[in-house]
Amino acid sequence: MASLVRSWIPLLILQSFLVAVAFGSKEAEQFSEALLLKPLPDRKVLAHFHFENRAPPSNSHGRHHHLFPKAISQLVQKFRVKEMELSFTQGRWNHEHWGGFDPLSSMNAKPVGVELWAVFDVPQSQVDTSWKNLTHALSGLFCASINFLESSTSYAAPTWGFGTNSDKLRYGSLPREAVCTENLTPWLKLLPCRDKDGISALMNRPSVYRGFYHSQRLHLSTVESGQEGLGSGIVLEQTLTVVLQPETTSVETNMQPSWSLSSLFGRKVVGSCVLAKSSNVYLQLEGRLGHESKNVDTEIEAHKLWKNADFDLSLKPDRVLRESSGLLFIFDIDKSSDSEPFDLGLNWKLPSKWSCQQAPLQASRFLMGSGNERGAIAILLKATESQEKLPGRELTDGRCTIKANIFQIFPWYIKVYYHTLQIFVDQQQKTDSEVLKKINVSPSTDKVSSGMLEMMLELPCEVKSAAISIEYDKGFLHIDEYPPDANQGFDIPSALISFPSHHASLDFQEELSKSPLLSSFKEKSLVRSYTEVLLVPLTTPDFSMPYNVITITCTIFALYFGSLLNVLRRRIGEEERFLKSQAGKKTGGVKQLLLRLTAKIRGRPIEAPSSESPAAESSFLSTKLIFKIILIAGAAAAWQYFSTDK
Amino acid sequence: MATEKRNKEEEEVKTDDGSPKIKPRPIVQLGIFLVAHSPVFSVVFSAAGVLALLILPLLAKNTYISENALMPGSARSMLSNRDVSDGSKLVKDIKNYRLNHEGQVQKLVGKYMSEMVAEVYYQKFHPEGNQFHPLHFFSGPDSYTLLDNVSCASYGVNVAGIIRAPRGDGKESIVLVTPYDFINGGDYEALSLGITSTLFSLLARVTWLSKDIIWLVADSRYGDYRPVAAWLSEYHSPSFKVSDLLKCGERNTADNFRRAGTVAAALVLKVDGRSERFEDTLSIYAEASNGQMPNLDLINVVNYLAVHRQGFYVKVEKVVSLLSSSWLKIIGEIFEAVGKLAHTLNPDWNFGIPVADYLEGSATLASSLYSQALGIPTGPHGAFRDNQVDAITLKVSPRFPPDSKTRQHDFFLRGARLLEGTIRSVNNLLEKFHQSFFLYLLTSPSKFISVGVYMIAFALLVAPLPMVAASLYIEGCKALTKSTDNPTENLKSWKWLDAAKQVFALHLFGFIVTLLPYFICQVPGQHSPSNRSIMWGTTSSSLLLITFAAIPGCSPFTSRHHGTHWAVLKSVTISAAFIGLCLMSIINFATAEIGALLLVPTCLMAQPIKPALRSRRIKSMLGAFCSMVLLTIGFPVMFFAISKGLFGEGLVGLSLGGEFWTWLESLWAWKSATYLYIGMVHLPCWLLCLCILFHPS
Repeated sequence: MASLVRSWIPLLILQSFLVAVAFGSKEAEQFSEALLLKPLPDRKVLAHFHFENRAPPSNSHGRHHHLFPKAISQLVQKFRVKEMELSFTQGRWNHEHWGGFDPLSSMNAKPVGVELWAVFDVPQSQVDTSWKNLTHALSGLFCASINFLESSTSYAAPTWGFGTNSDKLRYGSLPREAVCTENLTPWLKLLPCRDKDGISALMNRPSVYRGFYHSQRLHLSTVESGQEGLGSGIVLEQTLTVVLQPETTSVETNMQPSWSLSSLFGRKVVGSCVLAKSSNVYLQLEGRLGHESKNVDTEIEAHKLWKNADFDLSLKPDRVLRESSGLLFIFDIDKSSDSEPFDLGLNWKLPSKWSCQQAPLQASRFLMGSGNERGAIAILLKATESQEKLPGRELTDGRCTIKANIFQIFPWYIKVYYHTLQIFVDQQQKTDSEVLKKINVSPSTDKVSSGMLEMMLELPCEVKSAAISIEYDKGFLHIDEYPPDANQGFDIPSALISFPSHHASLDFQEELSKSPLLSSFKEKSLVRSYTEVLLVPLTTPDFSMPYNVITITCTIFALYFGSLLNVLRRRIGEEERFLKSQAGKKTGGVKQLLLRLTAKIRGRPIEAPSSESPAAESSFLSTKLIFKIILIAGAAAAWQYFSTDK
Repeated sequence: MATEKRNKEEEEVKTDDGSPKIKPRPIVQLGIFLVAHSPVFSVVFSAAGVLALLILPLLAKNTYISENALMPGSARSMLSNRDVSDGSKLVKDIKNYRLNHEGQVQKLVGKYMSEMVAEVYYQKFHPEGNQFHPLHFFSGPDSYTLLDNVSCASYGVNVAGIIRAPRGDGKESIVLVTPYDFINGGDYEALSLGITSTLFSLLARVTWLSKDIIWLVADSRYGDYRPVAAWLSEYHSPSFKVSDLLKCGERNTADNFRRAGTVAAALVLKVDGRSERFEDTLSIYAEASNGQMPNLDLINVVNYLAVHRQGFYVKVEKVVSLLSSSWLKIIGEIFEAVGKLAHTLNPDWNFGIPVADYLEGSATLASSLYSQALGIPTGPHGAFRDNQVDAITLKVSPRFPPDSKTRQHDFFLRGARLLEGTIRSVNNLLEKFHQSFFLYLLTSPSKFISVGVYMIAFALLVAPLPMVAASLYIEGCKALTKSTDNPTENLKSWKWLDAAKQVFALHLFGFIVTLLPYFICQVPGQHSPSNRSIMWGTTSSSLLLITFAAIPGCSPFTSRHHGTHWAVLKSVTISAAFIGLCLMSIINFATAEIGALLLVPTCLMAQPIKPALRSRRIKSMLGAFCSMVLLTIGFPVMFFAISKGLFGEGLVGLSLGGEFWTWLESLWAWKSATYLYIGMVHLPCWLLCLCILFHPS
C-alpha cells in the first residue's frame, strides 16, 4: 500500500503543480499534521492531534480540489459559511489540573455533547434558513443528530457574549449527544491520508475512547482574498484532543508515570502522511523553568534539556523551544519508517510536581431547590491561585477590575425570571449597577424560541468569590414533546464564561511560524471555560400506564360532571307531575296481579302504595336482588370448583 | 359525599310530596337502602375494614425488580484485597488517632479521601436547625439563613469527598453517607467508615462509573439527621451571604463546597451493635417524613444483593410485642385453617400462610404503619427524601466483636460488595427511579402491599360515615319537625346550620390549640416539658370554656330544648370526621388509617348518655358504656399512654404530660402532618363526640 502510494506521489505532485500553473493561483492547497503531547499534573497525558487543510482563494468555483475535502468546500459554498465550529465531546475538562489559561484549553475544552456555531455571509433574513440547512447537512456528514439544532427552541443568536461579535452568528448545543467512533470516522474521512498513514494512524479507537476526555473539533473559516474576481479561500482546522491515563506499574503515587506513544495508543508512527507539508510531533513540558540557562546553543546544554536527572526522552528532539512557562520539544517524523518507527517515550526518574496555569476565575454551575415546581440556577465564580499573577487586569476609574462574560441559553421549559437575578460578590449582595456592566436578555417564548442571557460582570481584582443566581419555574410539556427518556430529566446546556480582557497565547522566544499548530498557539485567544451541563427533573406523566390514567380521569370527570349537571338541570317538580300523570293513565296488568298476590299472601287488603315507606320497598327489592346475586355467585363458585378440580 | 347529597335530595323528594309512584333509579334505591339500614351496614363495613387490615399480611406480594436497567448482581464484583486493606488501615488509624488524641479525626478521613484522588472538603454546620413555626408546615427544606447569632461554641464538621466519573458528564451523582461521631464514636461505628473506605478505594479506580460518587462522613455528634440535613441544605439551597459560622475554627471552608449534579439516590450506612443471630444482620430503614417512602426498587436491589449475593440476614423493623400476642396468634391460626380449607377446595387458592409468617408479617406491617403514621423519618435518609431523593438507611450488625481482625476482613469485603452492587445498579439507571412503587407497606424485606390493596381497609372503615350521617340527618330532621310547630323553622335545608356552627367553632378551637405550643415556646424562662404541657392544658381548657360561653348552643351543658338535635349534630360531626380522614389519607395514609380505627367507632357509637341511663335497658346501657370507653381511649393523651404501653415502654404515671409534650414537640419539629391531624381533626371530633355524649336530650 505504502509503495503504491509512493509511486503515485511524483505523479500527484506534478499534476498539482500543473494545475496550479494552469489556473495561475499563487498558492497551492496545503495540508499539515501535528501532534502535541503534554504530561498533565494529575498523572495523565494529553494528546492533541492537529490537522490543517488550506484551500487558497480561487476564481473558479466548483473546481476539483486536490487535498481539500470536497464535502466541506461544497458546504461552505452552498450555505455561505464564513466561520464555523463543530465539536463532539465526551467527558469533562478538568480546569483545575489540566489548565485553563493556555490556548490549548481555551480552544479545546468544550462542553459535553455537540456544540455548533456558525457565522454566515448571507443577508440577515436568510441566516436562520442557512443555519437550518447547515445543521441537516452536518447531521448527514457526521452521523450525529445535529439536525435537532434546527428547531428554533434549541439555538440562539448571541450578540456579544460569545466572544465573536456578529449579528449573523448562530449557536446551539446538544448536551445529550453521545460521541463515538461513528462520529470519528466521517471526521477522519476529511483528512487526505485518513487514518492510514501519518500521525492519524495513531488513532486506535479503543485507546482513543478509553480516555478521560475526548473532544473532536472541526473549525473552518473563509479567508477573503481581497482581490477582485477571486473567491475566498478556506482554512479547515481539525483537532482531536484526548486525555489518557498511561498504564503504570509503579505503586508510588507521587511519581509521574512513564509512557511512550506505543503504550498510550498501542500503535507507532511509521512515517508521515506523504501529502502533508509538515508533520511534527511536539512535546510540551510545563514548569521546567528551573533548568533555564542562557546558552542553549551548546550541545551539552541542549542535551541536558531532554536527558537529565528528572526525565529522559527516548528520541532526540530536532529543536527545543522555550516559552514563558515551559519547554517545547519538536520532533520531525519524516525520518521514521517501517523499520524504524517513531515511538517517542518519556521516562520520569524523579517525582515531579507542577501546576497548570488557571483562568482568573473558576466557574461552576449548579441547581438550587428541589421539587418539580421551581428552582434556581446558580453560577459560582471562584478566584484561583494564579489570579494575581495574570495579566489582563484593567483599571477603570482607578479600580482594578476583572471582566467576565457569561453567556447562557435557557430552554423554554425553564421559565427564567430575569428580575430575580442576584449577584453576590464576596458574600455581599451587590446591586446590578455595581458589578453589571452590560446585560442582554432575550426571553424565551413557549415552544417557539429559547431564552438567552448575556452579561458582562466587572469584578474587583481582589475578588474571592462571586455568585449569580436566577430563579425559574418549570414548564409543562405537551405529551408528544417529551423525549424517549423523559424521566431522566432535561438538560440545560453549558454556560460559557469568558474573560474578554484575558487572552491566552504561548510566547516563544524564537521565531518559528512555519508550523500551523504553533502559529495558532501564538495567536491570542480568548480565555473561556464552559460550565457543567445541568439536569433538571421536570414533571413527567406516567407513560407506562396511559390507559389507566385516561380511564381514571374519564371516570372522575364523568361522575363529577354527570352529577353536577343532574343537580343543575333537573326540574324535580315537573318530573313528578309527569310521572304522576303517567301513573294515573297506566296501571300495568302484571303489576296489579303481583300486588294482589302479595296482598293475599300477607293477608291484608290491597293498600295504596303511597302509604308504604320507600325504604321498606327498596329493602324488599334489594333482598330479592341480594338473593339473586348470591345465587349467581354460588353458581359461579360451583362452576369454578367443578371446572378446575379435575 | 356525592352519594350522601343525592340521598338527602331524594329523601326530601319523598317527604315533600309523598308520592310513591315515582320509582327511583337503582343507584338512588341502593343509596336509600344503605341509609335506611345504616346501623347494620356500619357494623358490617367497620368490621370488614378491621378484617381487611388483619388480612393484609396474607395479601402481601413478593417484591420484584421493576426497572430492567438496574440489573442487580449481574456484574462481577471488582473488589480486591488491596481495597479491603485500605479500609482496615483507616479503621486502625482512627483508633490510634483517637487513643492518642492527635486532633481532629475529620482531617484523617479527609487525608484518606484525597489519597484516593477524591476532591475533599469540610463543611461546618450548626447543630440546631429544627424550630417549630406554625407557618412552616409543608414548606420545603429551608436554608438556615435565619441563624444570625451563631456561637462558635458548638458546631459540627462534615467531611465529604467526591469521585468524578472518568467519562461521565457530571449531571448526576450518588451519595454515600456514613454518620460518625468524631468525638466519641464507638468501635462499631468506625467499621462503617472502613466499609465505605474500602468501596471508595475501588470506585476511584473503576471506569464504569457514569455518575459521580459523593462520600459524606456526617458528624453525628448532634444526631444523625442534622448533619445530613445541613449538608443537603448547603447542597441544594446555599446562602451566598456571609455566615458567621465560617469564621469559627481554623479552616476556611467558605469557598470550597463542591457539588456533583442532581442526586440520583443515596445510601446511609451504619454499623452498630453485635448481631444476635448467627449471620450478619442488615436492617433496612426506609420511612421518611410524613410517611414518604423511597422507590421500592431501591429496597429490592439492596435486599436482592444482600440475600442472594452476600448472605446477610435482612430484616425490617417490627413491633416485637406483637410476635408473642396470643390474640394475633389465634387470628393467624384461623387464617391458616381457612387457607388450608380453601386449598383443599381448589388447589389454585394458595392464600394461606403459616402462623409464624403471619405473626412476622403483621408485626412488620404494624411497625411500617406506625413509622409512616408518626411522620418522623427513621434515619438520616429522611433528609434526602425531603429533597426528593430516594434514600434508605442500612444498619449492619456484624456477628463478631469489633476487635476481631480476621472476621473484619470478610465483613468489609461483603459490606463493600453489597454497596458496590447497589451503586452499580443505580449507576446503570438512565432515568431516575420511577418504575416501581412509592406507596406501599412492607410486611417483610421481600414482601410488600401496594396502595391498591391497603386502601381497601381504609375505604371500608370510612364507608359507613356518610351513610350514618345521612340517616342521622333524616332522623334529626324528623325529630325537629315534630318538636317545633313554627313553619319558619321548618326549612329543612337549614337545619344543619346550628350544628355546623358548633362543629366549626370546635374546629376553630382545635386550630388554635394546634398553634398554642408555638406561643408557649415563646414564653420566656426555662420550663420543663411537664410544666409546658400543663400550661398548654390549662390554656386549652379555658379556651374551650370561652368557646362554649361565647357561642350559644355550643355547650353540651345548656339545657335548651330548642337547641340542635343531637342527631343532626352527630351527623355534621361525622361528616366533618369523614372529610378530615379523607384529606389525611391523601397526605399521610398511615395516619388516616390509624386515626380511622380510633375515630370511626367513637363517632359511630357516640350517643347521649342521659336517655340511655334513663331508659335502664341493657342494650342502651351497653351502648353508652362502649361510647364512654371509646371516648376515653380516643383522648390523644390517653391513646399515647396506651400505645406506649403496647410498645412495651411502660407507663410512667405522673410524667405522662411531660412525655406527651416531648412527643408532640418531636412531631412538630419534624413537620409531621400527624400533629396537624391530631390538633385539627382528631381533637375537635373527639370534643364533639363528648358534646353528644352529654347532650341534654
